[in-house]
Amino acid sequence: MTTPQVEVQAISRTYRMRSGLFGRPISVRAVDNLSFSIQKGETLGIVGESGSGKSTTGRMVLGLEPPDQGSVHFDGAPIAAPGTAAWCAQRARMQMIFQDPLGALDRRLAVAAQIREPLDIHNIGTKAERDARVHELLRSVDLNDSHGARYPGALSGGQRQRIVLARALATKPDFLVCDEPVSALDVSIQAQVVNLLIDLQARLGLTMLFISHDLRVIRQISSKVAVMYLGRIVEFGDADDLFARPQHPYTQALVSASPAPGRRSSNRIVLTGDPPNPAARPSGCAFHPRCRHATARCAVEVPQLTAPDPQRQVACHLVAGASSQAQDAA
Amino acid sequence: MLRFFAIRFARALLTIALVVTFAFIVLRLSGDPALMIMGPEAPPEVIEAFRKAWGLDHPIWVQYLDYFKAIGQGELGRSMRDGRPAIQLVIERIPATLALTIPAFLVKVLLGIPAGIYAALHRGSAIDRAVMITAVAGFTVPSFVLALLLVLIFAVQLGWLPSGGQDSWRHAILPIATLGFGGAAVLARFTRSAMLEILGQPYIRTASAKGVPWRRVITDHALPNAAIPTVTILGFMVGSLIAGAVVVESVFSWPGVGRLLVVAVANRDLAVVQCILLLVAMTMVTSNLIVDFLYGLLDPRLRSKGAAA
Amino acid sequence: MAPLVRISGLKVAFDGTPVLHGIDLDIGKGEAVGLVGESGSGKSVTWLAALGLLPAKAKVAGSVQLDGRELLGAPGAVLDQVRGRRIAMIFQDPASALNPVLTIRRQLCESLALHRALHGEAARIEALRLLDLVGIPDAARRLSAYPHEFSGGQVQRIMIAMALAGQPDLLIADEPTTALDATIQAQILDLLSAVRREFNMAMVLISHDLGVVAENCDRVCVMYAGRIVERAPATRLFDDPWHPYAQGLIGALPPLDGARRRLQAIPGTVPDPRTLPSGCAFAPRCHHAGDDCHAGVPPLAPSEQERAVACLRPQRLPVELAAE
Repeated sequence: MTTPQVEVQAISRTYRMRSGLFGRPISVRAVDNLSFSIQKGETLGIVGESGSGKSTTGRMVLGLEPPDQGSVHFDGAPIAAPGTAAWCAQRARMQMIFQDPLGALDRRLAVAAQIREPLDIHNIGTKAERDARVHELLRSVDLNDSHGARYPGALSGGQRQRIVLARALATKPDFLVCDEPVSALDVSIQAQVVNLLIDLQARLGLTMLFISHDLRVIRQISSKVAVMYLGRIVEFGDADDLFARPQHPYTQALVSASPAPGRRSSNRIVLTGDPPNPAARPSGCAFHPRCRHATARCAVEVPQLTAPDPQRQVACHLVAGASSQAQDAA
Repeated sequence: MLRFFAIRFARALLTIALVVTFAFIVLRLSGDPALMIMGPEAPPEVIEAFRKAWGLDHPIWVQYLDYFKAIGQGELGRSMRDGRPAIQLVIERIPATLALTIPAFLVKVLLGIPAGIYAALHRGSAIDRAVMITAVAGFTVPSFVLALLLVLIFAVQLGWLPSGGQDSWRHAILPIATLGFGGAAVLARFTRSAMLEILGQPYIRTASAKGVPWRRVITDHALPNAAIPTVTILGFMVGSLIAGAVVVESVFSWPGVGRLLVVAVANRDLAVVQCILLLVAMTMVTSNLIVDFLYGLLDPRLRSKGAAA
Repeated sequence: MAPLVRISGLKVAFDGTPVLHGIDLDIGKGEAVGLVGESGSGKSVTWLAALGLLPAKAKVAGSVQLDGRELLGAPGAVLDQVRGRRIAMIFQDPASALNPVLTIRRQLCESLALHRALHGEAARIEALRLLDLVGIPDAARRLSAYPHEFSGGQVQRIMIAMALAGQPDLLIADEPTTALDATIQAQILDLLSAVRREFNMAMVLISHDLGVVAENCDRVCVMYAGRIVERAPATRLFDDPWHPYAQGLIGALPPLDGARRRLQAIPGTVPDPRTLPSGCAFAPRCHHAGDDCHAGVPPLAPSEQERAVACLRPQRLPVELAAE
């Protein structure tokens, strides 16, 4: 097997948080012992609700935030310490896109100049080559030079996100982390950007980590999917298969909660209880207080990710195969 | 909550210490008090004796430590000019200053806040524009210009009111008007923008959608929220009750703390200057503490944060 | 049967720019009607205008009748008896929809005092019952809590309790679950349909999410650029949308099961209300548009079986995707 483009080994991240201005500091484990790898040209989708740690994971994978434990390897080499020359070189090959394109752009600068900026920073090409590259980048996100001359305020939300994408692609990165890139967009515009991302990925052979709360968008764009709950992966598998046959009770509830035209809500699984709070993580399986199937064991023992079949990994005591292997491991 | 105030209190003490230090340094660096008070023609041995008497012959850091020690013991020094306790000189002047600043404070509150609320509720109306133009004028025009203007109109031209002194209540009207008008302008603008921000909040729409009559939306929902930012500026105004009238007292030759400060600075009367600065710092710091406390009362979000401590 | 609410020719303009171009909409007693559309389509403005909740600078024209009584231009006292009492409204962002400095009890009892003349202990007991009804655990203790002490889903439950306080005939839910996580969204939608059944209350569900509307409404109106472009029973609309925009919206939604397909993105963007195209506002983005589409605005023409579409070339062939 070839070296994966991105390999994440047992990363954890704990935040010290104060409950209020002068409260006693408490530790919040945002990401807990997370491992996955992404093959070259593949898209891994991470889906989860607020507090699942999906955005923290994205930042750690890019080296924007160091993991407390564990390591991230890019192309077989560990992520360099931020600020070093090696990190700078690595960063040109990895880019990130966020939810809010207006916040990511400078309002007082024409967007073409902002697409050009990474080329200037990394000193790529002559002036003429850079101009040509900006033109080409605008074309690649279905915009033209007249859009490039505008300021962010004069563009629509979808166009701004294209500009951010064009800027991210300027240094010809191999790896793109997208954190909720289409969540703020209207449905019809969201479809434009999703299609564009899929096309660009195929054309440029990009490796992607795509983070979203939207199951539909995740499935559309990803080859593999990881479902996160309170900082851990609870289910991992092939995208189509995972949503067709969810095995973890949480994934089942998520899939069932996703409203669909042409389906009535009669047989929906509605989870009780509030969304998970990372500051008050339940013992055992973090999902057990909301789980319909939870047993006494779920409240004490943390289930490990195990493979009930070769295409799937599930962290649940009740999924056949998973529990027996967990016992073997123990 | 207790911890919240302990931290605030420690910070307040630190602020006062910094103010004292600052005053000490600036005054010692800007000239020799012995020369200033005794005059340049005074014989050297007289100056030397003066220095000894006031401890000015010690190294500067000893003077500094001595000063802190004295303050700790409640000893604020004596005026270098007439030898009376500085604190006594200052306290004598406080009633005169309060006679101006308290009525002026009432003018600010009673004029500024309603004007700001009214302007916000009738945004874009002729009255709103009038209030805003007046308010901008009120705080861009320096108080001494306003004071002179008032003197020109009411004392010189119309002859209705005296232009200075402290003989009757009529003497207080122009200084109070000068102080009150400027502050009311600041407060009106501040209240207006706070109200406008609150009126745009979704919970105001929720209240209307519930069927709450508009008048009660304002009184029950908007005002309690708008009070939170307004308290900040009120706290600042309370903090300046003692020393907020330096300019106005000078213009109207009103014998208050502000005028005492101006005279003491001119004379390098260190003890008096430091005493006033200490007093100012303490009122400022106290009013800030009160503001913090009021925040806790007005805003439950802060209260529960404090309670969690 | 006379409708509960009849909106006819409702128009709204902000600073001289029309944003709503004549809405006709009837809401029957106990009925659930969905309004879908993207941002700027006018779905929220319609109801804010109907209830007189728009800022004073908005120019509103047309007619909104509740049980035959005109609401537009009615005096404030009349509207205050309608808002919350006959028609209640809940909003998108639960975190900022409740007054942060007032307790839940104050905000609930305010509605009870206004509309049910309940005060003191009677109001407290009724407030408790409402909180219980919407599923706030430990209601007795939490009555004295402030909004920030609740999670987003819980605040939305409290908003619903507050809306129910006046025992309204119609609940307008404006994007009630957009700010919430998926599993919490399911809880709130469940709660809404439960209370609707229990009180036989009509509901207007405003959402950008086709799935949410499809699952929770009897009838659906699709809005675009300040007009209703299609109106149909929910199941029929999603199985067989006629208006090209409605088709586009459904085609743009990624499927959650079955084969993956390329999304049908609608080209271009929603027009700026200041520079609306002449004729059909959707024509510049429409694959089927002809010259006549640019000539005049097509009216919302009633058709068979409670359906109406505002299009010169409605696409009445069942789309393969709509079956999903």
